[in-house]
Amino acid sequence: MKFIKQALVVTALAAAACSAYAQEQFIPAIDYRVGPYAAGGSGFFGGAIDYMTLVNEKGGINGVKLVWEECESEYNPTRGVECYERLKKKNGGAALVEPLSTGIAYGILDRVAQDKIPMTTLGYGRSDAADGRVFPYVFPLITSYWDQAAAMIKYLGDKAGGLDKLKGKKIVHLYHDSAFGKEPLPVLDAYAQKLGFELIKIPVAHPGNEQQAQWLQIRQAKPDYVILWGWGVMNATALKSAQRNGYPREKILGVWWAGSEEDVIPAGEAAKGYTTMTFNTPGNYPVLDEIRKKVYAAGKGNLEDKSRIGSVYHMRGVTAAILWTEAIRKAQEKYGKGKVMTGEQVRWGFENLNVDDARLKALGAFGMMPPVKTSCLDHEGSGAAKVQQWDGVKWKAVTPNWITGDKAMIRKMVEESAAKYAVEKKITPRDCSKEG
Amino acid sequence: MFYREAGQFKSSYAADSQIFPIRQDRIGFGLIIAFAFLGVPLLAALGIVSNYTFTAILTPFLIFSLAALGLNILTGYAGQLSLGTAAFMAVGAFGAYNFMLRIDGMPILLAFILGGLCAAAVGIVFGLPSLRIRGFYLAASTLATQFFVVWFVTKVGWFTNYSTSGVISAQKIRMFGYTFNSSMSKYLFVLGVVSVLTLLAKNMVRTNIGRSWMAIRDMDMAAEVIGFRPMRTKLMAFAVSSFYCGVAGALFAYAYLGTVEPEGFNLDLSFRILFMVIIGGAGSILGSFLGSAFIVLLPIFLNIFLLFLETSLHLELPSGISSSIELMVFGGLIIFFLIVEPHGLARLWQIGKEKLRLWPFPH
Repeated sequence: MKFIKQALVVTALAAAACSAYAQEQFIPAIDYRVGPYAAGGSGFFGGAIDYMTLVNEKGGINGVKLVWEECESEYNPTRGVECYERLKKKNGGAALVEPLSTGIAYGILDRVAQDKIPMTTLGYGRSDAADGRVFPYVFPLITSYWDQAAAMIKYLGDKAGGLDKLKGKKIVHLYHDSAFGKEPLPVLDAYAQKLGFELIKIPVAHPGNEQQAQWLQIRQAKPDYVILWGWGVMNATALKSAQRNGYPREKILGVWWAGSEEDVIPAGEAAKGYTTMTFNTPGNYPVLDEIRKKVYAAGKGNLEDKSRIGSVYHMRGVTAAILWTEAIRKAQEKYGKGKVMTGEQVRWGFENLNVDDARLKALGAFGMMPPVKTSCLDHEGSGAAKVQQWDGVKWKAVTPNWITGDKAMIRKMVEESAAKYAVEKKITPRDCSKEG
Repeated sequence: MFYREAGQFKSSYAADSQIFPIRQDRIGFGLIIAFAFLGVPLLAALGIVSNYTFTAILTPFLIFSLAALGLNILTGYAGQLSLGTAAFMAVGAFGAYNFMLRIDGMPILLAFILGGLCAAAVGIVFGLPSLRIRGFYLAASTLATQFFVVWFVTKVGWFTNYSTSGVISAQKIRMFGYTFNSSMSKYLFVLGVVSVLTLLAKNMVRTNIGRSWMAIRDMDMAAEVIGFRPMRTKLMAFAVSSFYCGVAGALFAYAYLGTVEPEGFNLDLSFRILFMVIIGGAGSILGSFLGSAFIVLLPIFLNIFLLFLETSLHLELPSGISSSIELMVFGGLIIFFLIVEPHGLARLWQIGKEKLRLWPFPH
């Protein structure tokens, strides 16, 4: 009871200390900067906060400044839910939420719909949330796991000289033995059946710092490609084991969680030539220069290590913040420029995003990410990805264009899965023809 | 002065063996329960206690207390170290989910009990090694439960109703035509379940069953000599403990998170619950609650407090520093409490009670 009293006093004081000002749009940052996943959390949220600082430096969104508050979740669902509950009503209410953690995203999935706060899950979370009729408040923007798996097959097919050339080939799916690693299986199975390649599934138990048996199996199977659906320490171990077993890294294609500097540098030489998926094109962009000039030069940067500007996770954070601010901008166009938007209004903005190449050029981020156009039916907006290769020093894009897999097939699977979810949860899907 | 039992005579056997033999304790506890059931909702209705308090503080606190209580029965009372708590929670959660899903018109409480019974069955199976091995070796074998259950639930699609991501979405809690939708109703639901189960546990540890557990814990050879059958006693402890953890897992899924993935019940969670027992006090019902409060709530308060300091003093700390400080302070406090009182917070409370009895005239 004593704790609760303390809590009340502290929260009351905290609330009084930072009461809302007019013309401020609040965005909670449920991040994680300590613990085993700190590298991803600090990079991603560092990037997002840097971009939001930049937007503020340039006068905000039509004069509306962005404010945010960080809350440490330690990647732990219980802490994450607490952060969400603590911040959702603060400073006039949260405009959106992005936990960058599957566990937390699931923990607040039902809550966001109740609280009318849109949630973005960039590149993770439920793939079937792309169906906006069943999941009005969830936005797996740019690309879901399923679309990514489809893009992988498309890329491997192109590499082999056409999708039909994959017939009779052997592809190993080396995956983290968890919900995350199993997520793409339905897509890969469907492709294996359709294109006639042999899919060998090899699970790696968490955390995956011992893979001798798995790579022995791979060596015996002599696959044409290995898909590495890994996470954390498993990635560097896989690359080192591949080197030891003489499997060429050029034939390994990683998921994007296996494609950051933090994944390859620990593997050292073994990572050279390794390819992964990404939804950003590595490189430098005007928006990053602007962040360096206007944010970091003024001492307002969020990263402690400036060399991480433009790293994979940082760029993903910038990408996320670009989409957030564009959604708020879009919402302002409908509900009043220069006004603070509610979560419900921002949701409309997310659903009507149209960040095309021209807009990306204006933002200084042309080519950094695929164009995103969402609708009531499609909350993903793109489905495109690129392949990048580690040259031992930095990532380089291998595919000049954005690649997408069989969108129609994925869409069918998304709709089936979402419909099943709707039945289970007794949700009546929205009628998209009635949405404005 | 106030906390004195002089003049309280017990004239019957029942009065002598009641849970709270001291009148002040009875009154105090009655007040706490009344406050939890009536006072808190009243404060909420008046707008003093916010929704946040229910959903983010009280509900998880109660659920983790129940899980810690479950582990405390096994580790604290029966002396069997276990690292599989989260796995038993998972069995309870996925069990309840499947009972609700597959059987039409299944009452939710029955589903929870059946989920708990599934966990108890799994507990008995994985408790079998305890008949031959003890201590750290047993901990290592319960570790197998942890990995096996999470792997099994991910592997066999049936448990998750063939959800591609292995994630289950808990059904709504409905009872007698009433749907527990609001955070307040969910809190009361959890409070009700936890209260009943705690009362049950308290009585269990005071009767023959509990004494047999403690006898086994203190010296199993001697316990066997005086007539306790180790197999039955140990497996009983595993079953009861797993049942509690299972119900806690079901509550975790239904009344708190709503959507859970098997990975949510990982080793990390098992360790956290074990820490609750160690910090709160092994072999104490109260300790489970104190430990849960310490592990679940303290980091949150530290976080809020540091944030408050930062804003009120206008400190421009680099990002991430406050998170690190929070972790350090929390770790420091754990060490501090363990040095001050290795028997846990419950023991600290007991010492305080002794002091209070003599206050203000110590010998």
